[in-house]
Amino acid sequence: MTADWTSLLFGKLTLEAIPYHEPILVVTFIGVAIGGLAVLGALTYFRLWGYLWKEWFTSIDHKKIGIMYIVFAIIMLLRGFADALMMRFQQAIAFNGHEGYFPPHHYDQIFTAHGVIMIFFVAMPFVTGLMNFVVPLQIGARDVSFPFLNNFSFWMTVAGGIIVMISLFVGEFAKTGWLAYPPLSDIAYSPDVGVDYYIWGLQVAGIGTLLSGVNLIATILKMRAPGMSMMKMPVFTWTAFCTNILIVASFPVLTAVLALLTLDRYVGTHFFTNTDGGSAMLYVNLIWIWGHPEVYILVLPVFGVFSEVVSTFSAKRLFGYTSMVYATCVITILSYIVWLHHFFTMGSGASVNSFFGITTMIISIPTGAKMFNWLFTMYHGRIRYEVSMLWTIGFMVTFVIGGMTGVLLAVPPADFVLHNSLFLIAHFHNVIIGGVVFGVFAGINFWFPKAFGFRLNAFWGKMSFWFWLIGFYFAFMPLYVLGLMGVTRRMSQFEDPSLQIWFIIAAFGAFLILLGIGSFIIQIGYSIWKRDELRDETGDPWNGRTLEWSTSSPPPAYNFAFTPVVHEVDQWWFMKSNGYRRPLSGFIPIHMPKNTGTGAILGALSVVFGFAMVWHIWWLAIVSFVAIIATTIHHTFNYNRDFYIPADEVAAVEARRTQMLPAE
Amino acid sequence: MASHADSHAHGDHGHHDHHHGDHANHGTFGSYMTGFVLSVILTAIPFWLVMGNVIADKQVTAVLVMGLGLVQIIVHMIFFLHMDTKSEGGWNMLALLFTVVLVLITLSGSLWVMHNLNTYMMPMQMTPEAAKQLP
Repeated sequence: MTADWTSLLFGKLTLEAIPYHEPILVVTFIGVAIGGLAVLGALTYFRLWGYLWKEWFTSIDHKKIGIMYIVFAIIMLLRGFADALMMRFQQAIAFNGHEGYFPPHHYDQIFTAHGVIMIFFVAMPFVTGLMNFVVPLQIGARDVSFPFLNNFSFWMTVAGGIIVMISLFVGEFAKTGWLAYPPLSDIAYSPDVGVDYYIWGLQVAGIGTLLSGVNLIATILKMRAPGMSMMKMPVFTWTAFCTNILIVASFPVLTAVLALLTLDRYVGTHFFTNTDGGSAMLYVNLIWIWGHPEVYILVLPVFGVFSEVVSTFSAKRLFGYTSMVYATCVITILSYIVWLHHFFTMGSGASVNSFFGITTMIISIPTGAKMFNWLFTMYHGRIRYEVSMLWTIGFMVTFVIGGMTGVLLAVPPADFVLHNSLFLIAHFHNVIIGGVVFGVFAGINFWFPKAFGFRLNAFWGKMSFWFWLIGFYFAFMPLYVLGLMGVTRRMSQFEDPSLQIWFIIAAFGAFLILLGIGSFIIQIGYSIWKRDELRDETGDPWNGRTLEWSTSSPPPAYNFAFTPVVHEVDQWWFMKSNGYRRPLSGFIPIHMPKNTGTGAILGALSVVFGFAMVWHIWWLAIVSFVAIIATTIHHTFNYNRDFYIPADEVAAVEARRTQMLPAE
Repeated sequence: MASHADSHAHGDHGHHDHHHGDHANHGTFGSYMTGFVLSVILTAIPFWLVMGNVIADKQVTAVLVMGLGLVQIIVHMIFFLHMDTKSEGGWNMLALLFTVVLVLITLSGSLWVMHNLNTYMMPMQMTPEAAKQLP
């Protein structure tokens, strides 16, 4: 009788789900708990809760949401990187019958969590954050099209991250690899809650990603400043536009395929089972129809970042703007017809494999065109080696290597040898670290002064760059070697002692990357400490070219007192070279949206809903789902959602800026 | 509201959320009714085809039902979503074409890939020994 009641109340959740018998997790938990309590205590002590809630959590200012995305991504980067470090050290010592310090079932969770977190909760929020912050400023807009939706999207992403993080201390995470292929992820082979955490974490975060994609497309299409035709949009905005089209077109496929997997696991359907007419291969096919565009969702925006950085720090117009735009659009389309290269070995015939092999090789042409455009932009430029530029050059060298190994993998016969080997692991880390991560750091160093009004310290930025760059080569070049020797991925221990030296080198590389991440954190902390020395009062610390540099740093809530009229791609450069003068009078009231807590509340309810679904706590799932719908409907009746910034206040803000600017 | 590009260009702050500035076609009672009646007819025919066993060949019925579904999608887009070649400065049409292309790639690509895999798959009844005897 009691058993019935407990299962009704708690579903599958029992005390056994708390992994108190795993010393590593207990120590981690104690660490996280102490750290978390310290942060919560500090927030309470300094009375920051009200400030955070009023100024940040409920904010629907695209700039603050962008910053929150990036803070979230940095926090998740620490978690994802901790997983990476643990894997590297496990593999470095697990030789000669030594099992390492992780049992296989724990190791499997770590590599799955590493992949899921790094893609969905590090790389995605990083690029979404950059797009959110920069795009409205670049197109001369006051905010995104749907400011509340933006806040909601952010909190859904965070909610997904929280659901994944809960799995660390309650129950366990998936042991299936980051794409959860069936039949392993089916209920028969993964009866525990790991895959459910995976599914619900991604579904909740996926809603946020999809809506933020819709939002940014609408923003770019409808809210450009007058005069800014499509072909006068800054390149970063172009790449953001194509990225969000990719998001909107591909994420529904992920949602659908995960929903089918959910049905298989929860109600006993047979979409992907080996029995009753299901096909696990269909899952692999469908998830890569989302998965390949996803890669370009990550890398296209950073191509935009590099374009802005290269032209700014070479003090030249970007070489081949039009070809850059077309290359971006071609990549957008091509990224939809290459998905099969992820499973050449699954058993398709020669015609299918060669079709997808060739399309994959073709995609390197527009990417190569971009690379040459950046090189020609630098050619005869007056290059300033600021930290962003270092990241960009590091990217250009590293990414080309990754691209070439990618073309190698696109050859089906070669892929048959290299599939699922460490060569593949080295390849995609080469393009994701060398491309996305370097690009994000370039972007953070580039736009940080815009966001906060002071530059980031260059010394620690350079330390971070060199540790990352050298660490990357130490960590992943050995994996290329090992992959060519036939070592497969996802192994927790090895038999052949001659391989160990390569893993030790790789672990050393991971240690260098740790120093790189540490330097980045120090860079931020040190810059905040020395912010008065690094202060930028002009709003244009790099002699920038696009509209975001025309406003103050940090920009006022309304971004631009007067909406600029656009004549050129490099509009701000054009304005500067034509003796632009800031208007000093004639301000009018500005219509703005009001903050709302609904996004944060919906995110919190989604965490509860996801948790309830994971543990089959049906009553809680129903209650939280009804609450989500009710909150949403309630929000639609909120008519008190806008206000005007009075003209006097605008005039006062602009007058303060006039005082700060050097007299002309 | 900030969702209106030219409102701040001209400093015209009188615009609010409920005044959409794009003058999109919002349809008339007549057009909604046409759409509704067409949808009802297009739903009734498949029901009749299936319930009444009108055509002996099940495959033909299935194809017909799918085809009518497709027609109904277009009816919805024209009469309920008010899509035409000019709305939103042509962006709606472009987005639609893009969507159609992607859906076609996804469907035809998946069918091609899965069919190919099926052809090359070892038959379930075959024993490993028998498979080794294959040419």
